[in-house]
Amino acid sequence: MSTRILNPRALAVLAVTALLGLSACSEVPQVTVYEQGQYRGKTDTRPWEGGEFKGDRAAWEKALKERARGQNEYNRIQ
Amino acid sequence: MGRMKFLCDAERCIECNGCVTACKNEHEVPWGVNRRRVVTMNDGVPGERSISVACMHCSDAPCMAVCPTDCFYKTEDGVVLHDKDKCIGCGYCFFACPFGAPQFPNGPAAFGARGKMDKCTFCAGGPEETGSAAEYEKYGSNRLAQGKLPLCAEMCSTKALIAGDADVVANIFRERVLRRGGGAEVWGWDAAYGGGERKQERKQERKREGQS
Repeated sequence: MSTRILNPRALAVLAVTALLGLSACSEVPQVTVYEQGQYRGKTDTRPWEGGEFKGDRAAWEKALKERARGQNEYNRIQ
Repeated sequence: MGRMKFLCDAERCIECNGCVTACKNEHEVPWGVNRRRVVTMNDGVPGERSISVACMHCSDAPCMAVCPTDCFYKTEDGVVLHDKDKCIGCGYCFFACPFGAPQFPNGPAAFGARGKMDKCTFCAGGPEETGSAAEYEKYGSNRLAQGKLPLCAEMCSTKALIAGDADVVANIFRERVLRRGGGAEVWGWDAAYGGGERKQERKQERKREGQS
């Protein structure tokens, strides 16, 4: 009975193929880590800073609140 | 100041589309974009309901979360705004928004051809100098800086759409609901403007008369 030994070149090719094939079985972490984004645009002025209120926040809030309350018609008819 | 909110009273909205027109006119909104729309359910059937929808200026806005260029910001008053110079027109915000608020002037075109996203600004302009021509051109007028509320709500003829600080808006609506009285059987004028309590009184009177 004669034993047939593979030639070393074929053996190397076989080993590399097996290695490549098995590499697909490895586990790579696939969980994404979400990060909270930061606004990257231009800075905006606050509504009471520019325009007619010139930084008077209290006056702006009062004007807006009065305007909002004016939407209630029950206030107007009483 | 708390948070700016819109509230639409479905009992009062008569689907006149005045809010849509007012918004379009005030901001010269680009062709193909409607920052505000009126949605009607059971159209033509007695008891139909309409509601005016625009950006709800969410407390935890999904458009802000998905934007790859981080061009969204929230003002101290809770208004969600964005920087059009940073927008790349990817359309992620359009898919993320449950209200269909972000819209693109070129419609559902290919990526890069949609144009800059446009949405309701609560009449608060954008990140340009307040009242400047650049601000008006990109975002529309800045009524909030003038101490005024969004025009859609201010000109609503039936006061179905109300806007402003969440506390004030909630109080107005609470009072309205209390005055309505009645219940599910009250609809139309009585539900919208009150009179339900009178109906209830009459019902009780009739009951009493029937018993005696």
